[in-house]
Amino acid sequence: MSLTRAQVEGIAHLARLEIVEARMPVYVDSLSRIIEFVEQLSAADTAGVEPMAHPLADQVQRLRPDAVTEEDRHEKYQQNAPAVAAGLYLVPKVIE
Amino acid sequence: MHSLSVTELAAGLRARKFSSLDLTLHFLGRIERLGPQLNAFVTVTADRALADARAADEVLARGEGGPLTGVPIAHKDIFCTDGVLTTCSSRMLSNFVAPYDATVVERWKAAGTVMLGKTNMDEFAMGSSNETSYFGPVRNPWDPSRVPGGSSGGSAAAVAACLAAAATGTDTGGSIRQPAALTNLTGLKPTYGRVSRYGMIAFASSLDQAGVLTRSAEDAALLLGAMAGFDPRDSTSVDRPVPDYVAELAQPLAGVRIGIIREFFGAGLDPAVGKLVRDAIGALERAGARVREVSLPALPLSVPTYYVVAPAECSSNLSRFDGVRFGHRCENPRDLLDLYKRSRGEGFGDEVKRRIMTGTYVLSAGYYDAYYLKAQKVRQLIAADFARAFGEVDVVLGPTAPTAAFELGAKTSDPITMYLNDIYTIGANLAGLPAISIPCGFVTESGRDLPVGLQLVGPHFAEARLLGISHQYQRLTDWHRRLPAEYA
Repeated sequence: MSLTRAQVEGIAHLARLEIVEARMPVYVDSLSRIIEFVEQLSAADTAGVEPMAHPLADQVQRLRPDAVTEEDRHEKYQQNAPAVAAGLYLVPKVIE
Repeated sequence: MHSLSVTELAAGLRARKFSSLDLTLHFLGRIERLGPQLNAFVTVTADRALADARAADEVLARGEGGPLTGVPIAHKDIFCTDGVLTTCSSRMLSNFVAPYDATVVERWKAAGTVMLGKTNMDEFAMGSSNETSYFGPVRNPWDPSRVPGGSSGGSAAAVAACLAAAATGTDTGGSIRQPAALTNLTGLKPTYGRVSRYGMIAFASSLDQAGVLTRSAEDAALLLGAMAGFDPRDSTSVDRPVPDYVAELAQPLAGVRIGIIREFFGAGLDPAVGKLVRDAIGALERAGARVREVSLPALPLSVPTYYVVAPAECSSNLSRFDGVRFGHRCENPRDLLDLYKRSRGEGFGDEVKRRIMTGTYVLSAGYYDAYYLKAQKVRQLIAADFARAFGEVDVVLGPTAPTAAFELGAKTSDPITMYLNDIYTIGANLAGLPAISIPCGFVTESGRDLPVGLQLVGPHFAEARLLGISHQYQRLTDWHRRLPAEYA
């Protein structure tokens, strides 16, 4: 299936990605090819087959006691932040 | 010194034939002299390496330490390294200094290894040629006009060119095995859950697994033992004892049942590559292995299955890069939406954006059942094919990649052409199985000898078996000992 430019723009918006105008035709073309390629799956007979979400069938999600185990290291972590003040991450004003 | 195996280096260090400092200075010198032409490293951690080496020498002087104490290695730049730039070869993380060590890094450090630096890779491990890196492509030490494979291309080039004794890699769809095949290395992808993913930057969490790139199966056994095992910080880590992989190498080939995967020898396989793999099968058979053909009929669907499952998980995992808490942020955002869109649009390269968008599409309302759920069902069929085969044979065998190393730029215009490089490797990831690529000969193209690899895939947690067969094969052959002339 070929994707339209409008569809690709919609996907880019959902994915919160800005696509430079000049590159848009490349994305429309390559994403169309990828979707066309994966469409061959529709021919596979999967009647009665359970979807596989995890590669080890007998593995169960491990639980741990509901206890605080991590120490507060926000100062170290925030050294990588683009903008911080008083221990808070700064972003453009959200509510006027 | 640089062409010695990890096992030989360990013996030399213990016998005090050379110190870890000598060794580290020697490797750092080679990286400085030969590294730039390969572009194998994103960051060289010389000061850290020298400090690690001095510490290792003190341990060795006391007659303490293990077999890896003082051995210089490199880490793929996907592993977080405390206080060291960790970029994933992306502009998005080009300024990211990891605040902690990945479990793999921590364990190799505890084993006494010396970290020489962080290796180049495809951006966020998405690629099969190392051409999607923000820091430029890596070149193959066997022919600089060709790719080293990907996504662990920097690790492969570094070890193949003897710029490090061994390196870590990660494998989501073939990213350890395919570069190993293209650079004449042994590359092991362990069972899903065998090695901790903590601190390994996520691409597709149900497929990603850390492993090793080495110059022999013996080295891989030694290094896997030092990284495998339960880690409470990874919720998918499996709590199961780690065997002594080195001791298991002695298992004889006689009687081992090997299944040749029929579907891997059809159209698309370079006949010269196919011939070398068949020659290797002959050698294994002469050494006592029992060889028969097996059919895995759903396996040809592994590439389309992967290109639904992996992008879906990638779109979810990479949503954490939002320009707010770490990573690239655009200049002067107008509002929060503009901040997200431009930070991500600028921070990610084309292939990463393409995969995020593919994943967003297949997970979106109205398409989820047709693509994502369908792919998960086909994934089940692929896993069932392997399980059925392992009822009849101990391991299955085929080529690792359809061709030897290709020229830079040869496959960058069409994503599907690039994706098909992983046609033989993806199945093991979808089924969570351990798999290894080992050297099995050379083809000659344009006057250059180019290495070819064969792949063995085993049942869950059969790493020892894969390493044992590989080691026995490497006792019969010397393909794995060959080094690219310029770097020998």
